[in-house]
Amino acid sequence: MTTIRIAGGQGFYGDTPRSVSGLIDDSIDYLCLEALAELTLAILAKDRQRDEERGFTRDLPLYLRAALPAVAEGRTKVITNAGGINPTAATRAAIATARSMGISGIKIATVLGDDLMPRIDEIGPSLTNLDTGEPFSALPAPPRFLAAYLGARPIVEALEQGADVVITGRVADAALFLAPLVFEHGWSFDDWDRLAAGILVGHLLECSGQVAGGNFSGEWWTVPHPWDLPYPIAEVDADGTAVITKPAASGGRVDLDTVRHQLLYEVHDPAAYLSPDVVADFGSAVFTDLGDDRVRVTDVRGRPATDTYKALIAHHAGWSGETKVAFSWPDAREKAEVAAAVFVKRVEQAGYEVREWCFERWGVDALGGPTVPSTDSEPPEVVMRIAWRCDDERTAALVAREMTPLTLSAPPAGLTGMGRGGLGRASELLTIWPTLVDKSAVDPHVTVTVEEA
Amino acid sequence: MALIQLRELCGYRSGDKGDVSDVAIFADDDETYALIVREVTTVRVKEHFGSMVHGMVVRYEVPNVRALNFVMRGALGGGGPRSLRSDNLGKTLGGALVRLEIEIPRARANQRRPRPDAEWAREILARATTGAADPDA
Repeated sequence: MTTIRIAGGQGFYGDTPRSVSGLIDDSIDYLCLEALAELTLAILAKDRQRDEERGFTRDLPLYLRAALPAVAEGRTKVITNAGGINPTAATRAAIATARSMGISGIKIATVLGDDLMPRIDEIGPSLTNLDTGEPFSALPAPPRFLAAYLGARPIVEALEQGADVVITGRVADAALFLAPLVFEHGWSFDDWDRLAAGILVGHLLECSGQVAGGNFSGEWWTVPHPWDLPYPIAEVDADGTAVITKPAASGGRVDLDTVRHQLLYEVHDPAAYLSPDVVADFGSAVFTDLGDDRVRVTDVRGRPATDTYKALIAHHAGWSGETKVAFSWPDAREKAEVAAAVFVKRVEQAGYEVREWCFERWGVDALGGPTVPSTDSEPPEVVMRIAWRCDDERTAALVAREMTPLTLSAPPAGLTGMGRGGLGRASELLTIWPTLVDKSAVDPHVTVTVEEA
Repeated sequence: MALIQLRELCGYRSGDKGDVSDVAIFADDDETYALIVREVTTVRVKEHFGSMVHGMVVRYEVPNVRALNFVMRGALGGGGPRSLRSDNLGKTLGGALVRLEIEIPRARANQRRPRPDAEWAREILARATTGAADPDA
């Protein structure tokens, strides 16, 4: 029986390409690079606005530089959604990377069709917000992008056409990993249990180190060599049985506890994990810790996919700024609160319209909010972080300046002017607007092109 | 009966989807799982987070991994790219949940999860501060 080894070499835009060589040394059939979070598309949409040749994750050439020698030797293939909002430009960059390395004869596929923005007038009016139920017509600002989460099918088509590298836009994270399993094992697109097994494996691998000891709430301080970041590998059999593991040479840990942490990460109903290709029941899976950083997954059940794709819209939601001021003991908390109150009064006097304030008392309850029990003990220091939202960029930037005079006029022993952004810089806020789009409106427009680099 | 913080009983992880936070807690054995199923209700979780979570809290039981998964709507100040919060992605909400105290049989009242021993990290920091060479290099 053939076992396919697939690796999760990237978990987000900005992850480290240093993962690639360790994975390739461990002999993997597929290197899957997951580059897109909800937020990432918003960043890439801004990039493309500035330059039509951008809109893909710009670290793609770095990953390819590490992977292409093995691809050229036929040792591995690469599947990535690094195309972001502009897969065509990503493929051009990939071809340029191959040429610059003197590599030729590899086939690079581009999957298009997830970007529904060109058809927004046709598709938009029928959409409703998945979370709030609001209709498209209630959008307070024009959409910046509309992208559907495609499934594994177009990637499988690319592999059938002989692609060595597949570059997509907004394909669902886990589908990047399902596709090579469907292709290699010849799974049918109505073999729901196997598709569900593949999606579960993809979900476990899509966040790179998070299944192998990263962001792990067990005995995290005992995870071996956390600086040699672990990137996970799955060995998947034709019947859907999988073993989650990692290269022996890396740091990290794979055990029942690290795997179950990732199983539920950013999942709503575990019994109905909605993916474009299947509805997977994560609650049906049986996990067996085999020791030596190996966990076996069996018995995953699936049900027919829905007739919609999830899609995201993002729209402008104002401008924000932030500032920080720190105070030391004694009475640090009260000093910080008074300083913030003085700041707010000054902003009001200046006539700046602030739509929303956020006050965080670092050292008291900045992260835990109301879950933090009140205490009589005094913190040794408190940082007050103040963030705000304004309608326009200029006002959001000007608000920050009202902190400066507090340098000599605040409660005693304060440090003003801390924090990122500095004076006079505002950053744009975007609202993510999740929705569902009928597959019948998307599928006829999905295209796969393969070109030789 | 006695009161105990969930941190002594459970692991945790949290993440985001738009303005929705998914928070999972993980029990180490069947007895603890039964206990958290009974005690960590949606009502208690909603009350625990107070003004941080504006929307509905839904709970899913996941017995194959002895976990409870909470889906909290309106939990991230508008969602990642819209939120003014430092933790705009809700990475720390799992930790905030295990601050919750639940009732536990008195016999288990002294149960503790191990506390970190990170002496190795302090050694690295001390070496870096003094500029000494990395002995592993």
